[in-house]
Order: sequence, then structure tokens, then C-alpha cells
Amino acid sequence: MTAIRVLIAKPGLDGHDRGAKVIARALRDAGMEVIYTGLRQTPEMIAEAALQEDVDVVGLSILSGAHMALVPRIRQEMDSSGLQDVALLVGGIIPDDDVNALHDMGVSAVFGPGTSTEDIVIHIRKLMDARQT
Amino acid sequence: MIELVEPLRAGDRRALARLLTAVENEREGVQAALTALYPHTGHAWVIGLTGAPGTGKSSLVTELAKAYRAQGETVAILAVDPTSPFTGGAILGDRIRMRELSGDKGVFIRSMATRGSLGGLARATRDSIRLLDAAGFDRVMVETVGAGQSEVDIVRAAYTTIVIEAPGLGDDVQAIKAGILEIADVLVVNKADRPGVDSTVRALRNMLELGHPASREQMVAHHGKTMIAQEPTSSNHDFWLPPVLRTVATEGEGIGELVAAIEAHRHYLTQADRMHLLEQQHVEMELVDRVRDELVKQLFAVLPAETLRDVVNQVQSRSLDPQTAVNQLLAFQQVNVAK
Repeated sequence: MTAIRVLIAKPGLDGHDRGAKVIARALRDAGMEVIYTGLRQTPEMIAEAALQEDVDVVGLSILSGAHMALVPRIRQEMDSSGLQDVALLVGGIIPDDDVNALHDMGVSAVFGPGTSTEDIVIHIRKLMDARQT
Repeated sequence: MIELVEPLRAGDRRALARLLTAVENEREGVQAALTALYPHTGHAWVIGLTGAPGTGKSSLVTELAKAYRAQGETVAILAVDPTSPFTGGAILGDRIRMRELSGDKGVFIRSMATRGSLGGLARATRDSIRLLDAAGFDRVMVETVGAGQSEVDIVRAAYTTIVIEAPGLGDDVQAIKAGILEIADVLVVNKADRPGVDSTVRALRNMLELGHPASREQMVAHHGKTMIAQEPTSSNHDFWLPPVLRTVATEGEGIGELVAAIEAHRHYLTQADRMHLLEQQHVEMELVDRVRDELVKQLFAVLPAETLRDVVNQVQSRSLDPQTAVNQLLAFQQVNVAK
């Protein structure tokens, strides 16, 4: 039996984890195994947790506005740990202008306020299907 | 999978992580890797920790890990949490409490969901422990919610089992499941700064005196042979009576005593031929489990679904009793295996 494994992390210093918890629960309800790491994770911590847990997807919740600084460092840490094939998703308060830049940094999708949790589930399932073929 | 064996032995954490996934998913080819790694196991001291939700298991594991790291030992943690029976998903949140350990390359933490597979969990846990052991960790800690038989089975893979309680979890006697208590080598009352700790400690001591096999041996020693209801197991009457310790994991209080108690238990086991006997027991238990799983798998692989349905109907309509039905099903497998 296999299950999709997802790491949900909150990098940086903002202390609002309501959104991250809602997502974690929605993914659990969709049959995924969600590893929730809690608040104030450094890029190194996130990459190392993703490696140890051998996850398929890393989801970041960022509300602080520091995404343009944090995301590239996290992607870089993950890549240098050999996790190039692990998808990176970003959710939170992300201005539209930054979305394309985040895609260029290796983020597979950005989910802003008002996203339905179902869309996130569908996106992850599609990623997994694409990887299998 | 076999190509990951060498990197795992060389300390490649990614290879270890991927093999752990392969074990969990029962992926094809993983057995070859396990077979190759088996001779390299037996180094780690395996510690099982169990207790009701909210007793502070993860915090205690974190403190223990810090203590072992301070001694220069490497630590692997396997945190097992239940899968939701309704959705098949799980939220694995033990890493939240273990934040202090992240960034230390001498620590490896893996979260595992129970996935509710019949008997499969105990096997996946044992194999995961072996992978962590073969990767060279000095201590392997397995943490699980003490809720039922499967959790008891998990901690049975450990050499030293710690049962964790906390004050104020409701009625003292109710809170302590006899089956869980009997597997304890060390009992910990965590959150010992809370009210009610004395009565929890007292309740545990009372339960131990009544129920623990070791204390029955104690009765033998105290009252002489005429009063024994059971045969003495050996000529020497020494035994391990589980200590009841108090800790406040969040403050690091009582951790030194806990480390010492685990070492005392390890010392006790390595005396005489106790460790040999314990491992013998473990191996036998595991082989019986695996044979049972394997036979069940083989039977259902050859048994057509309609045959099973047919037998179910017969039992339901009272034209066949359950044991005769089982005999018929087993006969079906013997015929097919013989072919």
C-alpha cells in the first residue's frame, strides 16, 4: 500500500499557522500522509525534514511577505540534498506579480487566499500521476 | 532497491529514507536489501516508548535524544501515529515537538502512519528498526500511542520499553491499561509538576505490585517456596522491578534519572544470558507473525472471491458453522499449493 506523503512547513518568523493546519487536515482527508513540522522552520530544517521523511511534495505556508527571500533558499537546499524531484508548493499571501517569479524558482504551484482545498488536492494528484508515467 | 544498501551503510541519509519508504510500501525488491542488511543489525539499543495521547511522549523522546547526543551517541527516532480509518490519511505531527533536534546530523527522525494493514504494521516497524540499526545509529527510539494490541506489538520489538503516564488523565486505574503496564520496563509519570502526580505514582506502584510478573517473582523470594503458585523460572531469584520515575520533559527534569534507568535495564539484560533469551523470544514471535501473515496471503491469493462469498453465505444461513467453513477454506489452499 502506498500513500502520497506531504510535508507542510512554515518557514520564517510569522506565527500564523491556521492556514497550514487547514491544508494539513484537507490533505489528510484526501488520504495523504501529512508531516506537519510547526512554526519557524529554517530552509535547512525544511530540506532535511523532507529528506528524512522521503516526501513527494513540500507545501510552504508563508504569510510574512518574505517568500521571495525564503523560497529560493528552500528550493536550493532541497536540490543540493538530492530532492530535485520533490515538488514545492507555496500558499499564503503572495502578490500576483511574484507568482511567475516563484514558478521560475522551481515552485510548481502558488495558492493564494480563497483557494479551495480541493484544488490543492487535485494539483497534488496530477503531479503524482505525471511522475508515475 | 539493492543499490541503496551500500550508500545506507556509508551513512547516506537519502538512501536510508528511500529504503524506509520501500519497506512501508512493501515495494518489490526491498526484501533483497533487507536480506543484505540483516547481518549488519544488532548494534543499536532499541527503546520503545508508549503512552496515552497527551502524556508528552514526543517531548520526552526529544529530551532523551538530547541526552544521548550529549554523550556522543547517534539517535534515530521512529514516530508512529494512527492512520484515519475513514480516509486512509494521517497527520504526523511529532516533529513539532522535536524542533530542537533538527539541524543535528546525528539525529534521524522518521514519521510513520499505521495504515491499518492487518499485521503489516508490526512487520514494517521491525524492518524499519533494522534499517536504522544497519545505518549505524547507536540508539533507535520507537514512539507510539498506547491504544491497543498493535501498539503493544510495536514496542515488543524493543529491548527497553518505557510506558509514559501523566497526572490528571482521569481515573487513575482506568487510565492504566493492564496490558500496557505489563510490557513496561520503566514507568514514567511525565508532567510531574502538575497536581495529582503523587496519586498517579502511587496507583502505578500498586498496579505493579499486583500485576507485574517480576513482582510475582518477588513474592516468591519473600515468602518462600511453599507459597508459590508458579514454578520458579531459575535458581537465581533476581528480577527486574520496573522503576516509577517522575519527569517534566519540557523542563528537562528527571531526564538524567530516566537515562540511568534505561542503562540499568540494559545492564540487567546483558547480565547472564538474559539478552540471549530475550532475542530468542523476539525472533520466535516475529517468525510466527510472519508465517501467519504469509499463509493468510497465500490462501487469499488462490481463493476465488466467489468461493469465499459462497462460504460466507452458508455460514450466515446457518447451514455451515464457522470452524467447518475455515476447514473447507484451508483445504482449498492445501489442494492448490500441492498442485
